[in-house]
Amino acid sequence: MNKKRLSYLLMGEAGIGIILILLCGVFTVFGRNFATGGNMTNILTQISINTVIAVGMTFVILLGGIDLSVGSVLSLCTILAGLVITNKDMPVWLAISLAILAGLGGGMACGLFNGLVSEIWKIPAFVVTLGMLNMARGAVLLISDSRTIFNFPRSFNVLGSVTFWGVPLIFTFSVVIVFIGYVTLRFTVFGRMIYAIGNNEEAARLSGHNIRFYKVTAYVICGATVGIAAILYMLRLNIASPILGNGFELNAIAAVVIGGTSMSGGKGSPIGTLIGAAIMGVLNNGLLLIGMGDFARQVVTGFIIVLAVVLDTYRAGLSRMLE
Amino acid sequence: MPTVLEIRALSKSFPGVQALAGVDLTVERGECHALLGENGAGKSTLIKAVCGFHRADSGTMLLDGATYDPATPHDAMSAGIRVVYQEFNLLSYLSIAENIFFDRLPRNGVFVDYPRLYREAQNVLDRIGLDASPRTPVELLGVAQMQLVEIAKALSADCKVLIFDEPTATLSPKDSGRLFDIIRQLKSEGIGIIYISHHLNEIYEVADRLTVLRNGETIGTRNVDGTTIPEIVKMMVGRSMESEYPFSEDVRPNEKVIFETRNLQFKGSAHKVSFQLHEGELLGISGLVGSRRTETLRALFGADPKIAGEVFIHGERFDIRSPRDAVAAGLSLLTEDRKSQGLILDMPLFQNTTMAALDKASAHGFMDRREERRATEQYVAELSIKTPSIQQLCRNLSGGNQQKAVLAKWLYRDSRIIFFDEPTRGIDVGAKYEIYLLLWDLIAGGKGVLIVSSDLNELMGVCHRILVFSNGKIAGEIARKDFSQEKILGYAYQEYLK
Repeated sequence: MNKKRLSYLLMGEAGIGIILILLCGVFTVFGRNFATGGNMTNILTQISINTVIAVGMTFVILLGGIDLSVGSVLSLCTILAGLVITNKDMPVWLAISLAILAGLGGGMACGLFNGLVSEIWKIPAFVVTLGMLNMARGAVLLISDSRTIFNFPRSFNVLGSVTFWGVPLIFTFSVVIVFIGYVTLRFTVFGRMIYAIGNNEEAARLSGHNIRFYKVTAYVICGATVGIAAILYMLRLNIASPILGNGFELNAIAAVVIGGTSMSGGKGSPIGTLIGAAIMGVLNNGLLLIGMGDFARQVVTGFIIVLAVVLDTYRAGLSRMLE
Repeated sequence: MPTVLEIRALSKSFPGVQALAGVDLTVERGECHALLGENGAGKSTLIKAVCGFHRADSGTMLLDGATYDPATPHDAMSAGIRVVYQEFNLLSYLSIAENIFFDRLPRNGVFVDYPRLYREAQNVLDRIGLDASPRTPVELLGVAQMQLVEIAKALSADCKVLIFDEPTATLSPKDSGRLFDIIRQLKSEGIGIIYISHHLNEIYEVADRLTVLRNGETIGTRNVDGTTIPEIVKMMVGRSMESEYPFSEDVRPNEKVIFETRNLQFKGSAHKVSFQLHEGELLGISGLVGSRRTETLRALFGADPKIAGEVFIHGERFDIRSPRDAVAAGLSLLTEDRKSQGLILDMPLFQNTTMAALDKASAHGFMDRREERRATEQYVAELSIKTPSIQQLCRNLSGGNQQKAVLAKWLYRDSRIIFFDEPTRGIDVGAKYEIYLLLWDLIAGGKGVLIVSSDLNELMGVCHRILVFSNGKIAGEIARKDFSQEKILGYAYQEYLK
């Protein structure tokens, strides 16, 4: 392999992939039961929801934006979908379909709000989505009367634990979302514009493009992935609750950043984000298996996030050296 | 005179490009040595090697007779090599004194010794004749004064060689004259000066000798006295040029008006602007800096909001509120600042080429890689863009090639009306001529081209007609047969003399 190709690979997803493989290696040696089929299924189930949210977050961060509201919006989506799905006046198939639409619609509406407000009044996304975080949390507590919803249709609940050769169905869904995100960003006009705007918004605007459309749409896409993640969450835990989702925004942002996407925008990909989410999942699971307590795990995970970003700067340097 | 800096057979290559291929240059104490060459000739790489940004692959450098091999820019600075760049490196909220001594503030324990700082800064300012208090924040200074602060910064340390990179690009003629006085004074103090400029006439003002680079090689060193501009140009481009500007009486503008604006007003404009552009016409806009030439173009293109005014294209009324409307209506705007507004530097050349015409390079919402490749390769060939591949990031292209990349982007858009702000600023003689030829190709194809330029000779050389802006008003319109510098300047100052 020539140097240029190697440096290109190191700069891309392969670099973070190596870190993931190294981590798996370490846990295979030191953690009992890490490298078993059952545990792998476990990890895949655990990272599915974060992966889906993080794909949407990737779009927003590529534009140089941020969405802090995903956690509480996810909770809102589960309650909206939960209220519909438990409606006994409809046939089950219709209730499930409408519930999915309700979850998606709720997420997209919140994303639309985030995008429009920050674009029309030129307010930093950090502030608008921080407001949305609170609004959605308040709204979901009001709508649900702070009660958890369960008793979903049986046919819905069983789907959550379906696996194919050890691969959970909900993880398959999240891989599909990653794939759609990847194709959109890499091969479509829309994706090209996301990178262009993230790199140099003024130059993109002067090239005759409607910047506002692309930016708002990115927030709507982020909201849509939150809606999808909400449905996956319901499949997995068979409940809808107004108090879940706390801190999800930070996990999603961490996955995006560990996956090599630049916080200032313009550089990164959903494949990296998937690997980033996997690194977080493997860490959480592996540290537990080597007998680390909850609190210590949190310390280590936080440290690894910082370390990943530091390593990323070295990766860039190494790749430049090879050039 | 003793030699202060001697460069022998310096070579440096980057992937796909041999930037320097054995360059020789000697600078003597008290000499101003002009370094000339087209864009991509290797001037910037040479300067970067001297300043410790690049490590040369082979060759030697001697500073005051001792081997000099800077590993970092800091090494170069402590050895006494300083650069005044075209773009300033000043911290605008800090004072002049703090900027001058930024890397070595005099201290009193942990505190800055301000009385001493201001005293020492005052000494340096006196030396170059900058009449301002060292306490003034830099943001309050004009461009010329900021440059003097940069020079003061360089002189405040022990400076042996001072390099000027396009120092007059942003200066008015009066300020340039003052800069030349300072350079003469520095020469008398025994400092060796390397002077880089695209303005050949300046060389005769300040330089003693000149060295021309082409394709990374030293073509020759001459005494400035006794060397003519055509000789220098021949050394730079490797062939003699018959005329600086292509102009043909055969290509005449049509009677048909393809673009017209009536009573245009935008934020900050005191006057209403109306003019027409004909099919096949090259219309120039002249005026002093601050006469709202650029702002007018931007308002017409929808880049900045306008208050009032109508725009007609081919007689049809268009309401242009954004660059998107403008492009859809058949306008192109090539901005003066290509690095921050024209190109997306961290994206590859081919993605920049299609940026203004994604509809042409895509189908059903998906990018058409094959078409992108085809179009980019076509423009790389037509405009002779020097690049190792179409995947190259625009950041890594030289200035002239970046300008060609912007051109490629808009040529691919194929608009009927093209606004071009400072088409040749910072571009060397050879590439300038290529760009003029291209403008003529465009109008011969029936397009209308509007150029804004600060270079009067350029406007008089290539345009059919010139509009002169003065303080936001079109003070005059001059037809080609009546072109003269006096006339243009007369109109340009008109509104300021009232």
